[in-house]
Amino acid sequence: MPVIDLATTPLRELNSALHEIQQGSNDLFFEVVNPRGSHAVAVGIDGPITVDVKGSVGYYCAGMNDGGTVTVHGSAGPGVAENMMSGTVVIEGDASQYAGATGRGGLLVIKGNAASRCGISMKGIDIVVHGSIGHMSAFMGQSGHLVVLGDAGDALGDSLYEAKLFVRGKVKSLGADCIEKEIRPEHLQKLTELLERAGVKDVRPEEFKRYGSARKLYNFNIDNADAY
Amino acid sequence: MSYHNPYTPPRKSATFDDYTLAEIRRAAATGIYDIRGAGTKRKVPHFDDLLFLGASISRYPLEGYREKCDTSVVLGTRFARKPIHLKIPITIAGMSFGALSGPAKEALGRGATISGTSTTTGDGGMTDEERGHSETLVYQYLPSRYGMNPKDLRRADAIEVVVGQGAKPGGGGMLLGQKISDRVANMRNLPKGIDQRSACRHPDWTGPDDLEIKIMELREITDWEKPIYIKVGGARPYYDTALAVKAGADVVVLDGMQGGTAATQDVFIENVGMPTLACIRPAVQALQDLGMHRKVQLIISGGIRSGADVAKALALGADAVAIGTAALVAIGDNDPKWEDEYRKLGTTAGAYDDWHEGKDPAGITTQDPELMQRLDPVAAGRRLANYLKVMTLEAQTIARACGKNHLHNLEPEDLCALTMEAAAMAQVPLAGTSWYPGKGGF
Amino acid sequence: MCGIVGLFLKDRRLEPQLGELLSDMLITMTDRGPDSAGIAIYGPVIDGKAKVTIQSAKPGVDFAELERDLAEAGLPARVAVKSTHAIISVAAARLADVRSILSSIRPDVRIMGSGGSVEIFKEVGLPKDVVARFDVRSMSGTHGIGHTRMATESAVTTLGAHPFSTGSDQCLVHNGSLSNHNNLRRELIREGMAFETQNDSEVAAAYLTAEMAKGKDLGEALTSALDDLDGFFTFVVGTRSGFGVVRDPIACKPAVMAEADQYVAFGSEYRALVNLPGIEDARVWEPEPATVYFWDHQKAA
Repeated sequence: MPVIDLATTPLRELNSALHEIQQGSNDLFFEVVNPRGSHAVAVGIDGPITVDVKGSVGYYCAGMNDGGTVTVHGSAGPGVAENMMSGTVVIEGDASQYAGATGRGGLLVIKGNAASRCGISMKGIDIVVHGSIGHMSAFMGQSGHLVVLGDAGDALGDSLYEAKLFVRGKVKSLGADCIEKEIRPEHLQKLTELLERAGVKDVRPEEFKRYGSARKLYNFNIDNADAY
Repeated sequence: MSYHNPYTPPRKSATFDDYTLAEIRRAAATGIYDIRGAGTKRKVPHFDDLLFLGASISRYPLEGYREKCDTSVVLGTRFARKPIHLKIPITIAGMSFGALSGPAKEALGRGATISGTSTTTGDGGMTDEERGHSETLVYQYLPSRYGMNPKDLRRADAIEVVVGQGAKPGGGGMLLGQKISDRVANMRNLPKGIDQRSACRHPDWTGPDDLEIKIMELREITDWEKPIYIKVGGARPYYDTALAVKAGADVVVLDGMQGGTAATQDVFIENVGMPTLACIRPAVQALQDLGMHRKVQLIISGGIRSGADVAKALALGADAVAIGTAALVAIGDNDPKWEDEYRKLGTTAGAYDDWHEGKDPAGITTQDPELMQRLDPVAAGRRLANYLKVMTLEAQTIARACGKNHLHNLEPEDLCALTMEAAAMAQVPLAGTSWYPGKGGF
Repeated sequence: MCGIVGLFLKDRRLEPQLGELLSDMLITMTDRGPDSAGIAIYGPVIDGKAKVTIQSAKPGVDFAELERDLAEAGLPARVAVKSTHAIISVAAARLADVRSILSSIRPDVRIMGSGGSVEIFKEVGLPKDVVARFDVRSMSGTHGIGHTRMATESAVTTLGAHPFSTGSDQCLVHNGSLSNHNNLRRELIREGMAFETQNDSEVAAAYLTAEMAKGKDLGEALTSALDDLDGFFTFVVGTRSGFGVVRDPIACKPAVMAEADQYVAFGSEYRALVNLPGIEDARVWEPEPATVYFWDHQKAA
């Protein structure tokens, strides 16, 4: 198992090593030490490899991950797992703003809190936050699921499309065109699955409320102009 | 003999002209602002107001057709391991699949490839047709991130981070529901038939300090191979160019207000941004102040129509130009042969700008399967290649007449201005004088 | 557009290390602002004494015999030169005279800031060079703020560098871009404030000074800034005993805070905080939008 020390190894070497992994390669498990808030750690992974990062990272960790499993044993800066295609990213600590931005697939688990704009413009990613999330989360969310065990900040789901939001705690305010919706059996089933995959125990899916798009902004109507 | 009082004919207001009156009535009737495609239609100072000073006795011209006048350009020489080599300094600007039909995107790719230049994706991702038919393809990285994925990022030849567009610097785009077909909806992860509103800011960065980190991420994902362009709308060109360079751009793309767009508010198109002519010198000044002119390349777009425009933009300091509207016309947009159908839409060939409505009789700005059948991508690609060839020959003709063996050797001093406005904006002297207004600031 | 840092010490035993800790924080933020750097250190207050930090483009000329020339002009003072800057120490009662006397005997020097506690150093260049030039590492103090600048719309000059100080012991660093600073500057000029630059951040500093002159404390002044300033901003501000942080309601520009028993720290990125003692156990969070965070040594005491 290669151990890459970012105190002595340039970032470019780490990322190109991750990109050179071929199918059938032996080294599918990497450990990264001394990240000390570095940006763009383990970005552009394109295969079933595992990266354990021992410490906190800066912007865009695991950006565009496609099939990798990245665990950050610390906190993550802005844009963690941005545009993820598939795979799993786990943040043991907190995540800064834009976590999972524009993600298309895969699972992002944040064990601490996430700051503002969590899941902004999400397009299919599933995000589970054990703690709370900040303002403008799931802004323009298109598809995928955002599950929050704690509270949500202001303007949750503003200008939402078809992303499904589940919040267990309080929601400070809902954004334009975002409303509470009934939880149907298929939602409970999906929640059960996501909670299990995210390692959440002792929390029942019935404890969540579901939020989604009122679909009133889907086609321009002058009577809704105040919402623009 | 009867006496008639002298007759004073009715006089219409210059301020409240017929167009203005009609627009007030339309707004009052519908309650919706006017949304349309294309760039500004108002008259703004442009390249037409500049002239070249050909050679005679003090300078010696090159022989046309015999003595070489090079047109090649290399883009992305600053950081990228694989810079872009183009045969001509005229590229095809970003226009989305979604705004344009599949055959139209294919035609652009074919024409550009024949001509040895690049084409560009748009706000809707990369299609296989487009990648397949474009030898050199620039992949736009936009606020919406529609269709963004690492596979396409890696199979692109360059990445263009779009911060703004000339028709709407500071605004996001709009694609109305009529054009969100199954395929477009699928590529954009949107429900079919809804209005798609693009964001004006990127979802995961704001400002040049964050942009620097975003660019680093894109370089790391693509192993520092691809040139990274930054596209801005012409509004504060000196600062925006300087900051793009500081953030780590290989290439700056600067789009003036004549630049087209798929759809946005008419009030935005006509009232925000600066004419292309006014953008070039401040941008070049920023590059020169940073010691980066010709090291970070500058692509100018917005209203480029002819080889003369190309030569003038290059003389003012650009490394290349991009064409959008002109390319659409070359492949068949607004062709008078569809005049009957344009009239049914309440417009006329040459004025049609409702590109967002998806009813384009020419089959270009539409997703209607029947309409898009009308565009033969092979023939249209050939027309684009012909047009690019003519522009290149025209630019070479002018450059040779000024004694240049490469288009890049054209200088501002090879130009004079016909009007005070053009002299001030292009910072070249009024014809016959050594003076231009506004020396010392922008 | 920039990187900003701030450190407010709660444990007096860390005071000798303030310069060292802030220097490391600042240098880590070099990528965010390679054009210029600056730092404000709130050092020990000596009763009855005040000091003025000045800067000169020709320090060899302007600082030579400055002590003697001030004395001849009737102002007993001590002058300590640090590279392009100098600290003039005078009796607190004479602080107001320094500016007028300097304008006649040294018309070319620039006043960076003044007060009972603060010393401000800023120059064009990389943060590591700026830190070394002024020997910031050796400085002790109670709190300090620093800034690395990527200039947006105003010039890359010493005066355009942050921190901006417009009042006694008051200074501000800013990350973002204000969109109504020109109108606000005209209004503040009408009210009697003076400006040295076209920089938007100087307007924010002057605004806070003007509000505090009306009797508001730093926390109240920051609260009214949320109504009156438009655009994107994260501010970190210092007063003689206070330290405040505020972000605009949209809160796009990055900000990370850490609070431990020994200190409160601010960084544009977490990277800036990784060298602080005990950071592993500190509470680390991102300040909420449109929320004023404010610590004060006097109020705590």
